[in-house]
Amino acid sequence: MKSSSHHRYKQQQFGFSLLTIMTFLTIIPIAGVVIYILVLGAPAINWEFIFGFPRGGMREGGIWPAIVGTFYLTLGTAAFAVPIGIGAAIYLSEYAPDNKATRLIRIAIINLAGIPSVVYGLFGLGLFVLFLQFGTSILAGSLTLSIMTLPVIISTTEEALKSVPQAFRTVSISVGATKWQTIRKIILPQALPGILTGVILGLERAAGETAPILFTVAAFFLPRLPSSPLDATMALPYHLFVISTQVPGMPIEIQYGTALVLLVFVLSMNIIATTIRSRARARRQW
Amino acid sequence: MPREIRETLDRKIEDHFKVITDMGGIVEQAILGSVKALHHGDMELAREIYKKDQFINKKRYELEASALITVATQQPMAIDLRILASILDIAGELERIGDYAKGIARIAMRLGDQKPLKQMVHLQKMAELTADMLHRAIGAFVELDEKTALSIPKEDDQVDILYNKVYQELLDLMINDQDNIDRATFHLWVAHNLERGADRVTNICERTVFTTSGELIEFDRSDDEAEAF
Amino acid sequence: MNKISIQNFSLQYSDGTESLRNISLDIPANQITVLFGPAGGGKSSLLRVLNRLNDLADVIHQEGKVLLDGEDVLSPKIDVIALRRKVGMVFARPVVLPFSIRKNLTYGLEVAGEKDSDRINGSVENSLQQAALWDEVKDRLDDPAIALSGGQQQRLCLARVLALEPEVILLDEPTSGLDPISTGKVEESLQGLKQDYTIILVPHSVQQAARTADLAAFLLQGELVEVASGDTMFTNPRDQRTQDYVQGRFG
Repeated sequence: MKSSSHHRYKQQQFGFSLLTIMTFLTIIPIAGVVIYILVLGAPAINWEFIFGFPRGGMREGGIWPAIVGTFYLTLGTAAFAVPIGIGAAIYLSEYAPDNKATRLIRIAIINLAGIPSVVYGLFGLGLFVLFLQFGTSILAGSLTLSIMTLPVIISTTEEALKSVPQAFRTVSISVGATKWQTIRKIILPQALPGILTGVILGLERAAGETAPILFTVAAFFLPRLPSSPLDATMALPYHLFVISTQVPGMPIEIQYGTALVLLVFVLSMNIIATTIRSRARARRQW
Repeated sequence: MPREIRETLDRKIEDHFKVITDMGGIVEQAILGSVKALHHGDMELAREIYKKDQFINKKRYELEASALITVATQQPMAIDLRILASILDIAGELERIGDYAKGIARIAMRLGDQKPLKQMVHLQKMAELTADMLHRAIGAFVELDEKTALSIPKEDDQVDILYNKVYQELLDLMINDQDNIDRATFHLWVAHNLERGADRVTNICERTVFTTSGELIEFDRSDDEAEAF
Repeated sequence: MNKISIQNFSLQYSDGTESLRNISLDIPANQITVLFGPAGGGKSSLLRVLNRLNDLADVIHQEGKVLLDGEDVLSPKIDVIALRRKVGMVFARPVVLPFSIRKNLTYGLEVAGEKDSDRINGSVENSLQQAALWDEVKDRLDDPAIALSGGQQQRLCLARVLALEPEVILLDEPTSGLDPISTGKVEESLQGLKQDYTIILVPHSVQQAARTADLAAFLLQGELVEVASGDTMFTNPRDQRTQDYVQGRFG
């Protein structure tokens, strides 16, 4: 009897050890990437690098236009994807009847999420740049990126809405509120942290993508900052691609410096999202 | 424990207590009145008391029905339950004491114009004792006063002593004066009814002690019973 | 005058559960009417019809009339929103909204468009008094409602209904999650409330039905088997099925 439970205990120990090793194996590459980029890119970071324009075929100077461009693109993506995405999620979660049409919509959204980003880029080129004649512009880029971001925003928003207890809806209706009042006053506010987290994660992905902006907005080099949505712009992911492959003799620090800036941009969005989520969980009144 | 949580049950118990108190009062009056009617040859009073017994019976059944409803609808526990069980029992005791009064009233009617015997004095005393004991016993029950309930049964001894006295005297009378056998026998019945009435009051006191303490104690009965064994 | 008159009402859900068959029942005003019976008998369904909360469920067939003060609440012309304020409901598990105690009570008036702040504030104290909760929470009205105990939360739900000054209060097993003291408090509150409101209660046990009913209706598998006064139903019911259920011989 004793040996059997002892044997099982040992087995459990072994299992846990294995799982612990797996976990560390996951962390190591991530830590590795961050440290590698940090070490190689830190030397390049200074005031001029962040706020200056590229000079000498981008081998010197700064990456300010790319930073600004990425910022504008993120904003633009948000402008389209957030209202449409949240609106669609509210409709699907609270109003849509359980019929064929609804199921078709859901399948479409799931499929959207699976489309490779370069295909989005080509689609954006065809529709926004050429057919609608927006040209290579922030507008076209934002629209393309927002279509790509929609599935993420819709599904995380729906999750957030669904996580709000059904009982709240029942109670609200029973005291004479309309469905929309219930959504506006109770469901949305309670789901907001989850929605925000989803939006930020979606936008962060959009900020870091290269392929969709390749054909729709990205410029190799622009001497001035973009002044209207119809202007093309430089952007960090594309800039990184360009200086790492297209420009001979590019100093290593510039490449890794650019990567570091992009990484910091993305990681800080992550941290913001996580903070929102954990704060909200602590203050949750259900 | 705040009592207002069982307000409904408490209210119903109070209502039942009120009915018991009222019934007790009526039965008291019946005992005293019936003996008075016998004493003074008051036929009208005797008839009134005789008829009033119906009212007592009706009151008893109403009380039983409503107490049962209280048990079914309020699920009383512990002392509340014992109170209701005792209400049912005491209602019955009161009704039977009422029957004794009715019996005395009937004897009064049968005696008619005939003068009562001198033992009447003892019978009067027995009636007063019994009525007074009853009054206090009912009071002790609705107040759940265990102390008083324990002290009343001793007074039953006085009633028993009077009963024995009356019994002996009437027996002697019947042996010596055959013309008065009829009258004497009536008086004997009255004495018997009053003695039984006092015993029933003792039962009521036992019920009160049961309600408060949860134990059913039997109080000692008269010496006669002890002698019989 | 009967406050509610249910006339030949039948109901069927798409999944066949808890249907109701030809129910006719008159519910008097200012009394506690109890709908009791074994699970799945249709009691909750019937309750939810009265404030049209049943509209949210999957009903495939419905016929008959339900009159409230003479008006059929099932008619499409009825203002359902106004109906739900007139006929309030307390549910089995206390569900407090994720707000402060105060906001839980003012929510109903807010969505109704009430702007008069005096009236709103007055209703907070008034409804808490009626629900026997005022003394316990008067110093912490702005605390989150979730911090209250189960029994207090349920009384808050009752106050929430009362804040809308309804005429009818529906209670669906309101004490099933509560301890005996809280249960007792809720039951005694109902005795006080029935002076001003019409109360319809689905109890969670036969004992609760017996303690609270002025009028009792026994529902078995969607059928109304017997209706009687509370005193009669639990001491001398007529139907054998009622007798068996009340005695606890099945259920």
